[in-house]
Amino acid sequence: MIKAVMVMNTQGKSRLAKFYEYLSVEKQQELIRGVFSVLCSRAENVSNFIDAESIFGLDSHLVYKHFATLYFVFVFDSSENELAVLDLIQVFVETLDKCFQNVCELDIVFNYSKIHTILDEMVFGGQVVETSSSEIMKAVEEISKLEAASNAISLIPKSASGWRSR
Amino acid sequence: MGSQGGFYQSKEFLDLVKSIGEARSKAEEDRIVLSEIETLKRRISEPDTPKRKMKEYIIRLVYVEMLGHDASFGYIHAVKMTHDDTLLVKRTGYLAVTLFLNEDHDLIILIVNTIQKDLKSDNYLVVCVALNAVCKLINEETIPAVLPQIVELLAHPKEAVRKKAIMALYRFYQKSPSSVSHLVSNFRKRLCDNDPGVMGATLCPLFDLITNDVNSYKDLVISFVSILKQVAERRLPKAYDYHQMPAPFIQIKLLKILALLGSGDKQASENMYTVVGDIFRKCDSSSNIGNAVLYECICCVSSIYPNPKLLESAADAISRFLKSDSHNLKYMGIDALGRLIKISPEIAEQHQLAVIDCLEDPDDTLKRKTFELLYKMTKSTNVEVIVDRMIDYMISINDNHYKTEIASRCVELAEQFAPSNQWFIQTMNKVFEHAGDLVNIKVAHNLMRLIAEGFGEDDNTADSQLRSSAVESYLYILGEPKLPSVFLQVICWVLGEYGTADGKYSASYITGKLCDVAEAYSNDETVKAYAVTALMKIYAFEIAAGRMVDMLPECHSLMEEFLASHSTDLQQRAYELQAVIGLDAHAVESIMPSDASCEDIEVDKALSFLNGYIQESIEKGAQPYIPESERSGMLNISNFRNQDHHEASSHGLRFEAYELPKQTVQARIPPASLASTELVPVPEPVYPRESYQTTTVPSVSSDAASTELKLRLDGVQKKWGRQTHFPSTSTSNSTSQKTVNGITQVDGSNTANSRTRETYDSRKQVEISPEKQKLAASLFGGPSKTEKKSATGHKSSKPSSHMVKSHAPKSSMEVASEKTSPVQQPPDLLDFGEPTVKSTAPSLDPFKDLEGLLEPTTQVSSAVNHSSTAAVTKSPDIMGLYTETPAGAHHKDSDILSGLSNSPMTNMVGGTTTMQVAQSSKSPNLKDSLEKDALVRQMGVTPSSQNPNLFKDLLG
Repeated sequence: MIKAVMVMNTQGKSRLAKFYEYLSVEKQQELIRGVFSVLCSRAENVSNFIDAESIFGLDSHLVYKHFATLYFVFVFDSSENELAVLDLIQVFVETLDKCFQNVCELDIVFNYSKIHTILDEMVFGGQVVETSSSEIMKAVEEISKLEAASNAISLIPKSASGWRSR
Repeated sequence: MGSQGGFYQSKEFLDLVKSIGEARSKAEEDRIVLSEIETLKRRISEPDTPKRKMKEYIIRLVYVEMLGHDASFGYIHAVKMTHDDTLLVKRTGYLAVTLFLNEDHDLIILIVNTIQKDLKSDNYLVVCVALNAVCKLINEETIPAVLPQIVELLAHPKEAVRKKAIMALYRFYQKSPSSVSHLVSNFRKRLCDNDPGVMGATLCPLFDLITNDVNSYKDLVISFVSILKQVAERRLPKAYDYHQMPAPFIQIKLLKILALLGSGDKQASENMYTVVGDIFRKCDSSSNIGNAVLYECICCVSSIYPNPKLLESAADAISRFLKSDSHNLKYMGIDALGRLIKISPEIAEQHQLAVIDCLEDPDDTLKRKTFELLYKMTKSTNVEVIVDRMIDYMISINDNHYKTEIASRCVELAEQFAPSNQWFIQTMNKVFEHAGDLVNIKVAHNLMRLIAEGFGEDDNTADSQLRSSAVESYLYILGEPKLPSVFLQVICWVLGEYGTADGKYSASYITGKLCDVAEAYSNDETVKAYAVTALMKIYAFEIAAGRMVDMLPECHSLMEEFLASHSTDLQQRAYELQAVIGLDAHAVESIMPSDASCEDIEVDKALSFLNGYIQESIEKGAQPYIPESERSGMLNISNFRNQDHHEASSHGLRFEAYELPKQTVQARIPPASLASTELVPVPEPVYPRESYQTTTVPSVSSDAASTELKLRLDGVQKKWGRQTHFPSTSTSNSTSQKTVNGITQVDGSNTANSRTRETYDSRKQVEISPEKQKLAASLFGGPSKTEKKSATGHKSSKPSSHMVKSHAPKSSMEVASEKTSPVQQPPDLLDFGEPTVKSTAPSLDPFKDLEGLLEPTTQVSSAVNHSSTAAVTKSPDIMGLYTETPAGAHHKDSDILSGLSNSPMTNMVGGTTTMQVAQSSKSPNLKDSLEKDALVRQMGVTPSSQNPNLFKDLLG
């Protein structure tokens, strides 16, 4: 199963952290720091896998991918396949990209709850439930629509680009 | 799209994020966050905060907590939000609670009711979000509260809900298997779900179930195989394709399951051969996901009952991985190689250069994986090179966790395959020197035991050689400025035991060294204790040998210091030393016999030497000993203890009245008087007082009472009880032996000892083997010796030895041909007559077929089968739906690429062509490889033995 999903920027600031088994806030921070210290010491053009047993305990693998200013990190156990998880990150990013059109770090920060929604559609209770980005998009859009309907408040432009352009 | 929907954020939040982003130091960030927390605390508790505002505050709280600050003051508000009716607010509430709370949090009780209600909601989105919360927040105790609804949801019309319900049920299974054991059959049932997504989700729990109990799922082999076949043949709707691969994630899960089911089961495995072979052929090795499936195939092949043809395909795939330029693929290749060499060890040879490349790669992950592989293929012929490499690497890294691991591996390999005593001692010295504080203390004990017991059965000269070489090396190493404590303990022990044994070193020299150790590490009590005992042994041996002992002055001063030491242990040892020195030779020899550390000490469990004393006492009128079971008072005591314990452990309310204090006293008196009153004088009035206290502060005082009572009983038991006496030496001996076995995990069980001997016998033939062989040659060379090793250590199976013959000459040819045209494959493997990509036939319903196949449990009669197919007659419509859905899962690749301006992705996504090019243009610097090859040849890979054309491809 998947143990944790993290998104952090190249300065080590956490942008998203989701642990599928409960950990205290301090422990989470410790792990995030641990992961970042390993990530930032990795050279370019090396594998996307890291032996994470020293950080997460026995039977844990870590796959990360570096996009622009962000690291996407998945931690999981031996019931998953490393290459497949790499593609899962790909799916996740593809979905984000569809959602925000040219996704950037700011989108992820400012649409915190939406990112969680997307992730929840993909990974449920530590198991991968959906791997097609268009399916995920459909579900997320449906939620958005319903929420909008149930919440007839005046809307401020949400996307970061909209906000920046003001 | 980003601006659409209800993901509302206020300007304030954006400012917060922005200012945090711009914070220059951690302190500044903390300051900002803390002031934000203050604001939130104030605002959130204001009475009439509008929902919309509230929602935003909660999001801000989540954000604050993600940054590592405590947001617990807001938890209750998040819980309140889950009660709300608006979906948006409810979702936010649930999101927050799943992130904030754990399943044992006190607030959970306030949510369970809401979850129950939401699980029944008409809106499936509400149900989904509640299911999400179920996964995270329901613990063992609350499972029954939601279980019925979850089971109901398994048949929900929406496939998304069914999927999540399965996962929730699976989560329950993980948390407490017993609570859902009666529902496990539901997973089987859902395997025949109309929706492939739901079916795929079911594979997760089934994988777990099968891991735990393979045999009860053997009946599903046929079903899994047929599902896999249909998936591989692209009979799923197009929407499930991912990068031109049909439902790869489902394929991977299925292959994992098949690997489990086929492991060691010939019959089951035979069912799988065709489909796995098909997948090998169809897999698109140019995409990342295709390789993921390929890798999974290799894992599957190496796990199920071996099939020569499949092993060949697996070997091909591995060589493609290893030749790739992508580090990821190399990593997978090394991993796969490690799996496959268990079945066919000879395959490693074709990849020796690739493996060495990986070993020298700057990528740490890859390096470690390669060490893991080397560890798996260590045998007595290459152990020196491998362990040397491992130690070098161990010294170079800082990661303590991995250092420990690699150190213990070195020790294990050295113990198992050491070619000579000297090498063994040197290796252990290196390990201890550089990772002494990290290795398990048992390793040290083990080493001492090994030196004491020796390796050979009757070969005393070899043993003493081992010891003297150990002593010599230790004396040399003591010159180092700083050594780990564990290592010093070993050194002290060995010097004490064998320092003077061979007469090479005088007692005064050794004792001088020991005193130096004790002085230099004066803040390490354990080392000092070891040193004193070693001194005592040296002196004792001297006295026993009839020589005059004269203590060095530094030893005298050391003793004086220890005699006044704060550590009672040190003090005692010092006094013992003093006493021993004063004795005559005969007495000393019986106290401290020379070289007797591994002789068993006979323990007289019946304490017969006390018989005379007891007889005397009884004659004088003492009470005879009554065994515990026959004592009447004892019974009372144990009753009492139980009661007390019970009281102490159950902190809940007590409803029955407390006993009268009077009774307590009565009950307690007899045992006390029986168990020698003068030992534990019990002032009677204490008891009533105590029991009164009990009534006022029940838990605390009863605890105190129980410990008090226990203490006294402990004293009594130690004096008279039956089980207190342990034959200490003999047990410690046997446990240490066990630990050896624990460490040598390759063969487990208690053969470790005999096997080390075996290797040591074989060592004599190997001894001459040149120590400085070149890496490749020494790692992979000498396949003839492999056979011998594999007889003892590795699994050697018939088909694999058959493989040697058919494989070895062919492989080099294959490798060569592959280089020129990577697509070309041995014809018997790849059936090009058949088109690899079959177009989907929408009229065909794969799951209808499945229905029939997947009813093995209820296969009572064909009628049952028939009815079950009839029950899902509507499935064709659903399938039709799928075919209609737009299959545009992956067209935005280029967008992402441009948006994120990232290079590695090119390889993964769009780079079908680039990969192929890269692959064919492998061996980028021909010169390097030529040189390497020349070296390898020179150093004695004897190409005459098996495959003379091994390096043909490299030579071009």
